[in-house]
Amino acid sequence: MKPVLLKGGTLVDPSQQLNEIADVFIKDGEIAGVGRIESAEGADVIDCDGLIVSPGFIDVHCHLREPGREDVETIATGARAAAAGGFTAVCAMPNTDPVTDNQAAVGFIVRQGQRAKAARVYPIGAISVGQEGKVLAEFGEMFGAGAVAVSDDGKPVASAQLMRTALEYARTFRIPVIDHCEEPTLSAGGSMNEGIVSAQLGLKGIPAEAEEIMVIRDILLARLTGGHVHLAHMSTKGSVELIRWGKERGINVTAEVCPHHLSLTEERVRDYDTNAKMNPPLRTQKDVEALRGAVKDGTIDLIATDHAPHHYDEKEREFADAPNGIVGLETALAVVITNLVEAGHLTYSDLVERMACTPARLFNLPGGSLKRGAAADVTIFDPRVHWRVDPAKFASKGRNSPYNGMTLAGRAACTIVAGSVVFRSESSSAAGKGRG
Amino acid sequence: MTGTLGKDLLGLESLTGEQIRLILDTAEPFKEISERAIKKVPALRGSTIVNLFFENSTRTRISFEFAEKRLSADTVNVSASGSSVSKGETLVDTARNLEAMRIDMVVIRHSASGAAKFLADRIESNVINAGDGTHEHPTQGLLDILTLRDRFGDLKGRRVCICGDILHSRVARSNIWGLTKLGAEVAVCGPRSLLPNAIDDFGVRVFERVEEAIEWAEALNVLRLQFERMTAGYIPSAREYNRVFGITRERLDRVKRDILILHPGPMNRGVEIDSDVADGPHSVILAQVTNGVAIRMAVLYLLAGGKPELAEAAKGGGARGREDRE
Repeated sequence: MKPVLLKGGTLVDPSQQLNEIADVFIKDGEIAGVGRIESAEGADVIDCDGLIVSPGFIDVHCHLREPGREDVETIATGARAAAAGGFTAVCAMPNTDPVTDNQAAVGFIVRQGQRAKAARVYPIGAISVGQEGKVLAEFGEMFGAGAVAVSDDGKPVASAQLMRTALEYARTFRIPVIDHCEEPTLSAGGSMNEGIVSAQLGLKGIPAEAEEIMVIRDILLARLTGGHVHLAHMSTKGSVELIRWGKERGINVTAEVCPHHLSLTEERVRDYDTNAKMNPPLRTQKDVEALRGAVKDGTIDLIATDHAPHHYDEKEREFADAPNGIVGLETALAVVITNLVEAGHLTYSDLVERMACTPARLFNLPGGSLKRGAAADVTIFDPRVHWRVDPAKFASKGRNSPYNGMTLAGRAACTIVAGSVVFRSESSSAAGKGRG
Repeated sequence: MTGTLGKDLLGLESLTGEQIRLILDTAEPFKEISERAIKKVPALRGSTIVNLFFENSTRTRISFEFAEKRLSADTVNVSASGSSVSKGETLVDTARNLEAMRIDMVVIRHSASGAAKFLADRIESNVINAGDGTHEHPTQGLLDILTLRDRFGDLKGRRVCICGDILHSRVARSNIWGLTKLGAEVAVCGPRSLLPNAIDDFGVRVFERVEEAIEWAEALNVLRLQFERMTAGYIPSAREYNRVFGITRERLDRVKRDILILHPGPMNRGVEIDSDVADGPHSVILAQVTNGVAIRMAVLYLLAGGKPELAEAAKGGGARGREDRE
């Protein structure tokens, strides 16, 4: 493997409190040097002038659909979409068909991820066998095969007893238990946020309380067990307040938020656009503002996409009957830059902290830092380029994006995994002026 | 073809007060046609209209069919059972097939909120919403409003209370939009479990007790109580509903005023409304049904591009609306 020299970029690495122009030298898949590096014998030089160089982004929440729905995404297309979005690693949720609830299934995801030669792919194992919420899956064997967390994502763990056991049992392997917080009897039949818009559109709503009841249940169970509960895709102001309550008491709770919950509201559903349908649903402006504040102050630890591709004709139907979920890997960075950084809520250091450093730390993954000796997982992005979202050009098979046609700021220029370039934008300077 | 109402009639939310008045005014001359021995004018001669009913309906479907036939349109009725829909065809495919047959208008009733808009966005034909899920039922709202206007004249400041299952009622939503836009004071009354949680943001008055609603209102629009609401656990029983929320003679007699009684039908006598109220002197329930045909004629005529001021003339015999379509 040829060494790589990233020349002249602005290095943003909160793990070393760095935010300055510096070169990065990569050798043997590791960071070999950071600072002013004039030349390196035999290295590929990537011109990063005007670009930000940061530890690689890690998405701890995406749906790659393989095995089972290879028509809507495969691990290979998902891993390439991730790389195109600036992610050097993604964690794949276990709601596949068959469910990723055993070591063989976990091993399959690992192998398919390695074959993709794009972003790293880490499997998340199911909490319960078949995600049925009854019998605990084999955490130990799944962990041994490469699972980095457990979750019954998409199916909330309705039983408090099962959740308790999962939190206790996961402690041995020091992996987070991820919960999709939704009280199923309150949310049943709902297809959007409950509020004035749902009342006017005649759609059954999902109240914020359906999420918040489970958030506080999970926080209390984390207190009871000492286990690490990670709350997926938080969407309400109330959830933020409950998480803050938990953290103030030293309870081992962490949480994520998705770019769409930081940028869109229930108003986006007004024309029954199924590409604005996801679960948890888009909420209100008050919620969006609370979530933005929580990302800034760390109450919400990290940003994750909940990338959920669907076939276009599954979305081309009556709103209540359409499946939940949107694609997010290739818009996440731009949505965060446009709505949070440019709007003054976050600095680039905050962004890198929430999208790279914290995910690596909480999920105990390589990356998250460009210190000498760290894995050379690097994201290089152009924070200023404006581009129009055209889902037809996504590397993902999914086209279901609520940002279709919008102009956003910021885009990945180059993605490096273990020292190898896995994505290079055609339009950025890092693509054009490369190769020394 | 786009007339004064736009291409489609999907709900009253998107209409202005002026457009609503236009429909009501256009309906006036059409009322008389149904009183004739020969109930037919050639206003829509040559137009083909599909009545696409994915949900069961007797009154609305027949009302539309009469309206279409009295305007001389060619009509086809499609119901969900016995069509390709029962074979699993998607709504979008149904829409494309209809479009391929070059029809002029579609009247759609569907159990999904937003279905009429879904169809309207995908075909060039005019689409009329005959009820989409729990969203809107604009022609029902219009005929209710026409019936109120017949009795009250100007609706500005008139106090109308919609009683019953507001949460699941498309009729309630269309009435709230329409009446509000015409300046009426609107209230709703029902058990909180059958009111949207966000009802206070609708800009309507809310009564939790039916006695208070009766005390306040000049007209009550009494909604049908769907029996599946009991099995779904929204309220305990029909008997208790009648005791607590039923519109009874005894409750009405407590106020010394005449209160107009509307009901969009079909009625559950003895549940939401007692028979002696439904059949009483202040009930306009059958007048609503009569007005329904005139309202639907007006909507069909206007969407087909008919000039409102020509409705009187169109009724005389000329196919004036057709000329405007070219």
